[in-house]
Amino acid sequence: MSPILFWIFTALMLAFGTSVVLNRDPVASALSLVASFLCLSALFVGLDAFFIGVIQILVYAGAVMVLFLFIIMLLDLKAEKRRHFNRLTLVGGGAVAAGFVFELLHVLNSFSMGKNPFPPLGVARLDDVRQVGITLFTQFNLPFQTVGVLVLVASVGVIVLSRRELK
Amino acid sequence: MTSLTLNHYLLASGLLFSIGFAGVLLRRNIITIFMCLELMLNAANLSLVAFSRFHIGADGLPNYNAQVLVFFIITVAAAEVAVGLAIIVALYRARQTTHVEDLVSLKF
Repeated sequence: MSPILFWIFTALMLAFGTSVVLNRDPVASALSLVASFLCLSALFVGLDAFFIGVIQILVYAGAVMVLFLFIIMLLDLKAEKRRHFNRLTLVGGGAVAAGFVFELLHVLNSFSMGKNPFPPLGVARLDDVRQVGITLFTQFNLPFQTVGVLVLVASVGVIVLSRRELK
Repeated sequence: MTSLTLNHYLLASGLLFSIGFAGVLLRRNIITIFMCLELMLNAANLSLVAFSRFHIGADGLPNYNAQVLVFFIITVAAAEVAVGLAIIVALYRARQTTHVEDLVSLKF
């Protein structure tokens, strides 16, 4: 991936991510999250992970965010009122997040392997859907079936949870 | 211009994670907190894909174990979103609020 594209998409992704946190209106937050995920999938494509990039758009920007918007619409949430700001939470949360970034910079500074550039691909054309499929159905077949059971349990659970009278 | 290294991607992923983390800590609306959780999950995905591309195997292909793991993370995250939003809707029916400060009792 050309460095210019990387910087553009990373900057956009982080900017929209920040706008998810800072927006008071939940609808604006959700739309910023969609934009952030689109930039993230561009980064995936830049890393030659075409299948993951497409899945990211289909599942997140398509399914998950539509679900979020439906729920926001269903609950009829107004933009958050300007509540009395809990100053302790603001300082504490900001300090923890800043401490995390500081520690991350420290770790990355001493991570010498990460200072190498990406090696070139050894093949001319990357058939990455096929490779992901082979890995998924040979090495990870049991986890794949288990995830199927998980999705079934989740969908039954959602139906039970959203019945009118909950005991 | 210098070429991109693995650390560039790890830094981007870490910054996205910390944005989501700060959101979970600072925001009071439970739906926004949920969206920030999604941001954190996706930050982890970005570093996994970067490691996958960085580790070129003997056959000249990226390491696809990481991409399969990302696939699983996306699947589980989608199931988690569905269940979580159903819980939020049930909570809203019981309490008519989505503010975490109004939801302080364990049992009601």
